[in-house]
Amino acid sequence: MTLLDKILQLLVAVAVFAAVLGVVLFVADRARGRRGALVQSLAFVAPAILLLLVGLIYPALRTAYQSVFDANSANFVGLANYARIFSQPDLLLVLRNTFLWVVLTPVLATAIGLVYAVLVDRTRFEALAKALIFLPMAISFVGASIIWKFVYEYRPNQQNIQQVGLVNQFLVWLGFEPVNLILQQPWNNLLLIVVMIWIEAGFAMTLLSAAIKAIPNDMIEAARLDGAGGFRLFFSITLPSIRPAVVVVVTAISIAVLKVFDIVRTMTGGQFGTSVVANEFYSQSFRLSDLGIGSSLAMILFLLVVPIVIYNVRQMRKVDAR
Amino acid sequence: MTVLDARDGIAPDLVAVATTRSSEARKRLTSPWASLAALVIAVLWTIPTFGLFLSSLRPERQVQRTGWWTFFANPHVTFENYGEVLFGGSQPLAGYFVNSILITLPSVVIPIVLATLAAYGFAWTTFPFRDTLFVAIFALQIVPLQVALLPLLEIFVGAGLNGTFWTVWMAHSTFALPLAIFLLHNSMRDIPAELVEAARVDGAGHVRIFTTIMLPLLKPAIAAYAVFQFLWVWNDLLVALVFAGGTSDVAPLTVRVAELAGTRNSDWHLLSAGAFVSILVPLVVFLSLQRYFVRGLLAGSVKG
Amino acid sequence: MPAVPSRRRSRTTGLVSGALGLCLVLAGCGGSNVAGGGGSQAGRGPECAAYTQYGDLSGKTISVYTSIVTPEDQPHIDSYKPFEQCTGAKVVYEGSKEFEAQLPVRVQAGSPPDLAYVPQPGLLSTLVRQTGAVKPAPAAVAANVDQYYPETFKSAGSVDGTLYAAPLGSNVKSFVWYSPKAFQAKGYTVPTTWDEMMALSDRIVAAGGKPWCAGINSGEATGWPLTDWLEDVMLRENGPQVYDQWVSHAIPFNSAPVSAALDRVGSVLKNPAYVNGGLGDASSIATTTFQDAGLPILDETCYLHRQANFYAANWPDGTDISENGDVYAFELPPINPAAPQTILVGAEFVAAFSDRPEVQAFQAYLSSPEWANEKAKAGTALGQSGWVSANTGLDPANLASPIDRLTARILQDQSNTFRFDGSDLMPAAVGSATFWRGMTDWITGKSTSDSLNFIEASWPGQ
Repeated sequence: MTLLDKILQLLVAVAVFAAVLGVVLFVADRARGRRGALVQSLAFVAPAILLLLVGLIYPALRTAYQSVFDANSANFVGLANYARIFSQPDLLLVLRNTFLWVVLTPVLATAIGLVYAVLVDRTRFEALAKALIFLPMAISFVGASIIWKFVYEYRPNQQNIQQVGLVNQFLVWLGFEPVNLILQQPWNNLLLIVVMIWIEAGFAMTLLSAAIKAIPNDMIEAARLDGAGGFRLFFSITLPSIRPAVVVVVTAISIAVLKVFDIVRTMTGGQFGTSVVANEFYSQSFRLSDLGIGSSLAMILFLLVVPIVIYNVRQMRKVDAR
Repeated sequence: MTVLDARDGIAPDLVAVATTRSSEARKRLTSPWASLAALVIAVLWTIPTFGLFLSSLRPERQVQRTGWWTFFANPHVTFENYGEVLFGGSQPLAGYFVNSILITLPSVVIPIVLATLAAYGFAWTTFPFRDTLFVAIFALQIVPLQVALLPLLEIFVGAGLNGTFWTVWMAHSTFALPLAIFLLHNSMRDIPAELVEAARVDGAGHVRIFTTIMLPLLKPAIAAYAVFQFLWVWNDLLVALVFAGGTSDVAPLTVRVAELAGTRNSDWHLLSAGAFVSILVPLVVFLSLQRYFVRGLLAGSVKG
Repeated sequence: MPAVPSRRRSRTTGLVSGALGLCLVLAGCGGSNVAGGGGSQAGRGPECAAYTQYGDLSGKTISVYTSIVTPEDQPHIDSYKPFEQCTGAKVVYEGSKEFEAQLPVRVQAGSPPDLAYVPQPGLLSTLVRQTGAVKPAPAAVAANVDQYYPETFKSAGSVDGTLYAAPLGSNVKSFVWYSPKAFQAKGYTVPTTWDEMMALSDRIVAAGGKPWCAGINSGEATGWPLTDWLEDVMLRENGPQVYDQWVSHAIPFNSAPVSAALDRVGSVLKNPAYVNGGLGDASSIATTTFQDAGLPILDETCYLHRQANFYAANWPDGTDISENGDVYAFELPPINPAAPQTILVGAEFVAAFSDRPEVQAFQAYLSSPEWANEKAKAGTALGQSGWVSANTGLDPANLASPIDRLTARILQDQSNTFRFDGSDLMPAAVGSATFWRGMTDWITGKSTSDSLNFIEASWPGQ
């Protein structure tokens, strides 16, 4: 393909997409009456739903189906895959780790992102300050794994050998022995979680900062006239106003955390008691070609997210009831 | 997209109001402690990346043997790593850059347009099973995209689209939709109902309300989401490999950077340089879209 | 563990390759003397004599998908040039590090490549049994394998008695890397029995050094170098027959012979006096990447490193890899001096997903001595080492590096008993999962019996 071909392909795609969308909206705009209302609604949601049906719902159903079959999807095995997963001694550990990730990461990343967004809001250096926290998001997982190698790496305390990892260098400077950090179970899980927090705080900061900017100035001014200081302002005005945004951010990060496996895969390969469900799922389905177990693990991930879904549905009902 | 620029109706007045207010409210929360706390977080967050940056400028042997902080005691700068990253491969880097951009643009625009439409449909129109459908879409976020790779590829192979950019665009767009609809739906709900009601009384249909009220007010949310979608697509390796394949005709920058790592990911000096080359574009996008975030004032001033 | 690992060294690869292609074609085709068919075709020179058997393939395209990326991909691409020039076919090469996860997806989705270089027999048999998409090897390939490869390689490329794939590159795993210069300076000699090797280790300890260095970290494949260790010692401790029983699970994974072999590995790698030179204590073996593990030999912070011939690619630029150089390797010695030497080997295999004539022709070319020699010359021209073929038609003289020549000689030595890497032959659920994890747990402190029980419990179908 030449460059021209590629650009042509791009232009055709944009033209086709715009044309289809334009026709749909044009027709929808003409529709009147009660049936017209339905046509209008469908015009808005149908394109997305169509794509989702093919791209995600069908694969999800297929996964559910495969989870009760054997490795080649040839023989029905009932719940045997699930039974095998729950009888493996490793899995309790994997579940515990997943639990640690999903509790700590969203809370800490959101808290840090929120505090930072408030602190730098409307300061002179806001753009630069936000860019610094945002930076980790822009780095690929492979890049992130090297960055943190330069933080956690261990070298023995010997002559002619220097530390390459920042943490151990500090330990040595302070007169302690260097520690092979990545081996220290169960604390090594926290070291990996820190990496995810480091990445996701930028996500939280960006969305929450946008929400903070949406708080009406008069509300803030009024509170200030009442003599509210920084802390009271934060807890009585800022936090309540952006509550829905906080819920959204925590939810989005929780789900991202459940799915993330790149960090574990690149930093420990799931060894040393650090594996999580998503990582097990990836190696079973792709490296070991065991569709049965892989699909069952995907279903377990799906079940883990149910509480989050229920919580969000309740929140939405509350908002609707206002 | 031209739709994003529609700005008739009420919006212009609001822009004016907003700009005066933002300048008014510049002084608050500026205690020295707050600044210190912000500084500490910023430094903690930046040090690891800074270490990577210094490493990208150090010779291979030093990167393997000593910490990046020894750079200050023994400053030895080399641009060899960047030279290898930029000019080393059998194919020029520019080709991969073009592929990355070609993959990313539609993969950001298409899902955002579709998700904004759908979010509006779920937030402001009524139809049977609306809430059930919305919860279902919300729950779809958890479907790991790896699960969908094989079924989607089968469909694309059946349709004869395999190995073109089309498959990558459609795959990225689909995978992005659940989160995008979820985030944008939330912002949509925040728009005061009175605004929509008023427009309806004036006889505006959904399409008109969507283009003249929602889009202008949602710019910050859309910009924020666009940044993230851009990042995910730009940094994606898996989807591109599965649907486009790894040949230099269609492979994006990430494929090349992953190759740099060597077969077993141990060429840290090259990886550091590669990571910085690929980080530039997302950073520029973030900084240039940042001005849209400030317009978030619009939504608020109406509400208040 | 399979894949041919490496670290990128040559910066000039891209520049040189263009010019190189031509000279390779001339040299390669000209030197070939295996007559395949009658006379040269019109428009093609006599150097194409060996290629006439493949016929005229003008306008045909063959796609190859592999896990081999830069810079190791260049000699592969170069080695296709004589075939392309003489037959008119075009070979499209695609290498990816995500190969192992990608290949099954592509095959099942119905868009497989024509040929794939499968790095483990285990993956090959999974592909054959689960997808049914792999084509049995054509007669020309079978004939080449019968004529030029030892039986071990043939059976590793077969599934249920049918030959599917010929070996491509092969490696010898039973090597111990050392520094000839350091040995000379200190008066050490290369051991010829296990006991001598232990005596040497003790001597190094007495002189205040650490004899061994090791590292098993390899991302998600962490642990594989230890499976090689155990396999090598299994062969030497219990002999090839017991080894075969162990690999096929005729004896349990936690039976006495295995446990004895692992304890012997432990007497080296879990001995705090012996390891881990320049890298830390025994548990640092788990966190040291296998690529970095041997490098302390250059600093003389360790002296011995058991790793396959492909480790040659990991030494820094300018390292003299030769009998009297900075580093070299000796065969891991036998435990019982009277027993014949057993060599642990690995290889990647060429699986075909199409039986179009041009694909079969190219498959035949890849299994021929002509290709093995072309590839050797291409690698030599680029200054790369660490790649060898087990094809007995390979002329070791075409390999520039002494370690490659040594490897080729070992592979061609009929008096050696070969055994294929066991973890690559075991079911993936063990060989690419619990075996790795069990060995990693073992080196970080788990007992021999606990580790072996864990692996035994994971063996599928019980």
